[in-house]
Amino acid sequence: MAPAVPDRASSVGAPTTRVAVPPVSCAHCALPVPRGLMDDAAPRQFCCAGCRTAYAILREHGLGQYYELPERRDRPVTTSGRTFDEFDHPAFHALYVKATGNGLSRVELYLEGVHCGSCVWLVERVPLILPGVARAELNVRRALATVEWDSAAVPLSRVARTLDSLGYPPHPFRGMRREELRRREDRAALARIGVSGALAANVMLAALALYSGWWSGMEAPIARFFRWMSLALATPALIGPGRVFFQSAWAALRTRTLHMDLPIAIALGAGFVRGAINTVTDTGPIYFDGVVMLVFLLLCGRYLQQRGQRAAADAAELLYSLTPATARVLSADGVAREVPAEAIVPGDLLEVRSGESLAADGVVASGESAVNVALLTGESHPVFTRQGDKVFAGTLNVASPIRVRVTEAGEERRVARILRQVEESAGRRAPVVQLADRLAGWFTAVVVALAVTAFLFWTGRDPEQAIDNAIALLVVTCPCALALATPLAVTAAIGRAARAGIFIKGGEALETLSKPATLFLDKTGTLTEGRTSLVHWEGAEWPKPLVLALERESTHPLAAAVRAAFGNQPAPVPEWSRHVIGGGVEGRVSGHQIVVGSPKFVTSHARPEGAPATEEALRRAPWLITGAPRTDPSSPSAPRDDRGGTAPREDRGGTAPWGDDEIEGTGIDGALTPVWVAVDGVVVARAGFGDALRCDTREALDALRARGWRLGILSGDDEHVVRAVGSTLGFAPGECRGGLTPEDKLHAVERARMSGPVVMVGDGVNDAAAIAAATVGIGVHGGAEACLATADIYLTKPGLSSLIELTQGSRRTMAIIRRGIAFSLAYNVVGATLAVVGAINPLIAAVLMPASSLTVLLAAWRGRSFAGEAA
Amino acid sequence: MSIIYLVLPLALLVVLLGVLAFLWATRRGQYDDLDTPAIRVLHDDAPGASAPDHYAGQTETRG
Repeated sequence: MAPAVPDRASSVGAPTTRVAVPPVSCAHCALPVPRGLMDDAAPRQFCCAGCRTAYAILREHGLGQYYELPERRDRPVTTSGRTFDEFDHPAFHALYVKATGNGLSRVELYLEGVHCGSCVWLVERVPLILPGVARAELNVRRALATVEWDSAAVPLSRVARTLDSLGYPPHPFRGMRREELRRREDRAALARIGVSGALAANVMLAALALYSGWWSGMEAPIARFFRWMSLALATPALIGPGRVFFQSAWAALRTRTLHMDLPIAIALGAGFVRGAINTVTDTGPIYFDGVVMLVFLLLCGRYLQQRGQRAAADAAELLYSLTPATARVLSADGVAREVPAEAIVPGDLLEVRSGESLAADGVVASGESAVNVALLTGESHPVFTRQGDKVFAGTLNVASPIRVRVTEAGEERRVARILRQVEESAGRRAPVVQLADRLAGWFTAVVVALAVTAFLFWTGRDPEQAIDNAIALLVVTCPCALALATPLAVTAAIGRAARAGIFIKGGEALETLSKPATLFLDKTGTLTEGRTSLVHWEGAEWPKPLVLALERESTHPLAAAVRAAFGNQPAPVPEWSRHVIGGGVEGRVSGHQIVVGSPKFVTSHARPEGAPATEEALRRAPWLITGAPRTDPSSPSAPRDDRGGTAPREDRGGTAPWGDDEIEGTGIDGALTPVWVAVDGVVVARAGFGDALRCDTREALDALRARGWRLGILSGDDEHVVRAVGSTLGFAPGECRGGLTPEDKLHAVERARMSGPVVMVGDGVNDAAAIAAATVGIGVHGGAEACLATADIYLTKPGLSSLIELTQGSRRTMAIIRRGIAFSLAYNVVGATLAVVGAINPLIAAVLMPASSLTVLLAAWRGRSFAGEAA
Repeated sequence: MSIIYLVLPLALLVVLLGVLAFLWATRRGQYDDLDTPAIRVLHDDAPGASAPDHYAGQTETRG
């Protein structure tokens, strides 16, 4: 369970006890079903209510085939339970819904929780489940669903609720306009590649015939025919797909900058013009094959590069899609009206019903509820909220209606500020400094200067030779291999990494990871499991079944941890039990009064029946409550949630740490949530619940340290907790920083970036800004949706061992790239020298040019960057 | 060898048809999403296949 926890008292035998009972798996998601949710009478067991609902829907509509699919998701269905009323609002329709030609409406929705092939199957069966929906199509990579439906027959909110109950909470996709533009660009780029490829292949065929004829002899009219055909094919290639190079070279000239497209454009133009003149006069070589091939290869390289950068640009769009579009504002006379989120101003009173998201930051004016803050913090347990508490936009009200006085709206909201930081950080990183690009400016200047020198030099001696030598120089030094080496090697590496369970969005991340740099890690969910488990039990063993009896029916996270720890023990059925939110549970089991909960709760509820505490009881349990212990929840040492900053938590509300004497110097215990167990008014045992370390963390971190990485922890959890966890993982106290807000994390990353590249590893939304600001951001398995969206790299395997694979693979990839660039530069130097002295003519140059590209291409493709087979 | 004056333009005509087909497919968005259809094709089943299951499934909805 938690091997790193100092074994101070009797440990909890969770790992050995769990194997005794064969686990029953959920009929929907195949995860083990908690003992407390098992219904022995039912033919099927479910791990959660969401799975049960999804199973019923699928069965009801004859979609049982889902359970035959080879690839099913392995996580419980999480439904948001929202009503999605805002999806029917006219303002919503005006913004996101388009009419198709045939009387239907179309909307693009971003779905949470899309992971695999079975999701495609499920989402695209929605028309079968819901009459009135004509078509549902899912793009699995981007989690974007296109839905076409008859708005007269079924409201969009119904469609949204159906998707939600299947486990895919939908959000309107706000990047629609940009999306349209981008789709056009992508299609145009593909069309250019296709046209230039077809033309290049045919010009090459003609060139092959001409070269063969060079040696074996060819009738002059046929040779002329081939030359004219090449001209006819090269002309559309140059003014069609090849136009982009001339445009970009012209733009570079106008801004007086050196761009790699400049020598390309000169070479293309000069080669084509000279070839055309030679064709007309029927003398000398034509250069069309080289010219057209160059256009094709360069377009391919660019397309690959662009696709990699596109994925990163999606991030902010998806984040915006997660906040609601409308809200209900209460006027002074108590009438509620629906307004778009943009129209809310500070001072407005919002009515937020159960199941709705907040559209603005504010203070609760009336009502009590639980709020799910997962969007902001990644924390999955709802936070108890009452009058006067601060609530934030994007969080979800799950329990009962509340009224919220708006304090910040629009761009001032906390979520908007974080998102803006994400965008700014992403924008700063946008000018991708590729290794090849850095060389390009110099390269361009040198090539153009050389060509001019060669031309002037030869004009004096042999005017006929001058133009040929200059063209040969431009063709042979064409930076084709240089331009291809990087994108090809990066694309190949990304493909191999994906097979090893590492998803890389942009190639520039590989460059950073190839050299040791500063690496910051989040604590909860990254170094640790991110879920509560029982790590410490102090006291007698015999009350365990009694505790289990009380906790069996509870949905509280601590109760779940209790069940996971002693799930297989036989436990009596409680005579009665009562749960107190924020306190614990009390009841009567086998004739004993049992109280389990926070020390404060136990102190106030555990009363010996009939008589006060006896001397006998005092001797049996030295920590018998004789007075109220320190139970101030706002005490500075009260554990704070790592991902939630200072947000109060329901399950920790009103609890206190063990006591000062035990916190200091006892390592990880400070991170535990204490739970006391009282039987008949006597405290007989104390349990500590906490977050266990991931098992391979220490090894992975040590391996990184050995390679020269500087490691550090950035956590929202309490400082001394972070230090305690850090010390067991080999961190110096100075490397562990706790109590940080999302903004603090961002600043820490930005400060560290002044002195070099920074890698940030995290899983919560509170890490999102820091992840985006870091040179490379890495999201770990099980992280919040928004955090994964901003990360450059996503590790799909649990644990940190992928980090080692990632750094090694990056180093190998960079070596391949460097080899490719070195080769093409060496080739260019030799070729340029030969061309300047007039040793090669343009024809040989045109043959050598693709040869160098092919060599680089092969080296990039074959290079073993990532061990793809790793399981 | 003069047949080449006829065959070559014909071959180019075929190429032209191929390019036009490619452009048509690109404009229709056939290349917009290269990941999902690969998954979808494995799942596709005749609508008839799920219809009998519809009645069989009704007895099990209580599950």
